[in-house]
Amino acid sequence: MTDVPAPTRESQTVVARFLDSLRASASGKKSFRQRLIPWLFLVVPLVLLITFTYVPVANMFWYSFTSWNGISKTKKVVGLDNYTEFFTRPDLYRVFFVSLYYLAASILQIALALYFATLLSFNTKFKNLFKGIIFFPYLINGVAISFVFLFFFQPGGTLDTVLGFLGMDKGSAPQWLGNPDIVNFSLAGTSVWRYMGLNFVLFLGAIQSIPGGIYEAAELDGASRWQQFRYLIAPSIKPIISLSFILAVSGSLAVFEIPFIMLDGANGSTTFVIQTVKLAFENNKVGLASAMAVILLLIVLLVTWIQRILVPEEEVDLS
Amino acid sequence: MRAVTPRSALASTGKYTSLVVWSLVALVPLVVIGLTSLKTPKDYATSGPLELPKSLTFSNFTRAFTDAKMGEAFLNTTFILVISVGGTIIIGTMTAYALDRFQFRFKKLVVALFLVATLVPGVTTQVATFQVVNTLGLYNTRWAPIALFLGTDIVSIYIFVQFMRSIPISLDEAAKLDGANHFRIYRSIIFPLLKPAIATVVIIKGIAVYNEFYIPFLYMPSQDLGVISTSLFRFKGPLGTQWEVLSAGAVIVIIPTLVLFLLLQRWIYNGISAGATK
Repeated sequence: MTDVPAPTRESQTVVARFLDSLRASASGKKSFRQRLIPWLFLVVPLVLLITFTYVPVANMFWYSFTSWNGISKTKKVVGLDNYTEFFTRPDLYRVFFVSLYYLAASILQIALALYFATLLSFNTKFKNLFKGIIFFPYLINGVAISFVFLFFFQPGGTLDTVLGFLGMDKGSAPQWLGNPDIVNFSLAGTSVWRYMGLNFVLFLGAIQSIPGGIYEAAELDGASRWQQFRYLIAPSIKPIISLSFILAVSGSLAVFEIPFIMLDGANGSTTFVIQTVKLAFENNKVGLASAMAVILLLIVLLVTWIQRILVPEEEVDLS
Repeated sequence: MRAVTPRSALASTGKYTSLVVWSLVALVPLVVIGLTSLKTPKDYATSGPLELPKSLTFSNFTRAFTDAKMGEAFLNTTFILVISVGGTIIIGTMTAYALDRFQFRFKKLVVALFLVATLVPGVTTQVATFQVVNTLGLYNTRWAPIALFLGTDIVSIYIFVQFMRSIPISLDEAAKLDGANHFRIYRSIIFPLLKPAIATVVIIKGIAVYNEFYIPFLYMPSQDLGVISTSLFRFKGPLGTQWEVLSAGAVIVIIPTLVLFLLLQRWIYNGISAGATK
């Protein structure tokens, strides 16, 4: 960057042309063609976005005020009936209670992820091996995971055998998936197994972006591991921790794959989303299902709004 | 360096114990499925889940592969994956180019449309998306999941926009002075420089498409249109309790993921972090 060439005639004209073009765009008199260019790049993405996100969302609101069955040509407007039906039928609104299991599980999941991320941020033997083992379950196909845990929880399966090794009487093992009082613990546990690695990798990445010198200084000052966590690590990764809690709330309402594939929502394992898709595609109650989908959307928007208030984001605005 | 005190030795034991315990929790369910997939039916019936197979058999794999139509499933998944990932890259980079490099009327509105769309929970809106897909005549074709994977991926656009900000605008301007039009700038300057972001998107999108269950389940009920997830899922029905074969099916689905993970670890960690924190 030291030797700047003397301006040649050619480069002078280039600069002049550039300044002209700047002036032209600054004066706001862009030609029609110029104004069209960004839209040429945006037309396909926008068409897809509107067709597959906004049209469905708009339709969903409209269906939610009708008693439409998904097939007939006419839709009868029923006002808020679907919404009142959802909130007055215990077999429907009980799905909220099911999501509480998953919410509690996500808190455990975040705590475990934080614990292991902190451990592995210090010097550890076989660090990459442990990191890989903790993270890998997150990458596995959900249907395969469902098979793995159907086998794991079945009577006389992996879990019962391991408990037998640990000295538990085999006959006293409960029906992990058959007992409605237990099934949601088993499934929420499966969810922790599957998703903990994601939180862990995100936390570990955040911790490792803290400058290393701080730890050394703290260690020289005699700070214990707990003190290092409490006063150094936790405050610096607070944004990602709070984001994880917020996502846990909407995530626990959106639980779907594991209970659907493993049990088809049987034995009291029906979640909000399973209930919604069953109403829509098995019971032909598209109106009622749409009302539930709208309720979920509103809850997610509310939670995100609260998050924006509690944790002001320093980055990410697209413009 | 710290001196090894009894207290720190204790802490260190606790640390490795907890790591080993969780490793067992993570691995035992998977290893057991692996063991089961190698057992003969008789062996499976007479042995406990944690016992090693008495003799190795691979017949469960051939049976799972043919009966679950895994060959067809891998082909369908690959087809959908290649077009969805390729399309996502083209659409995502074009959108990011337009949003990052141009000022135009209604830009704020367009940005808001993309932003708000990230909040819409995908699974529930299927109630209404189904009608759209049906009206377009895509139902029960491979184009239904492709259209949905292409049309509802906003995370990729974020990744491209964020990366594009680090590409100096002076490069665009230099090319403009050389007489390149906007499409040329996009194609010969921006697109090649986005390679690291493209790698990230290929990884997170690839994993997502490979693992997606509900969209193919809902939109491609035809037996010939099975993908990895749905073929394995349908396999559960007829076999019920033949766990040695079902396990082999699960192992067939997990192996490609494991191999890619071992090969691309660093890329996958980076991609996942970039994708999840948006």
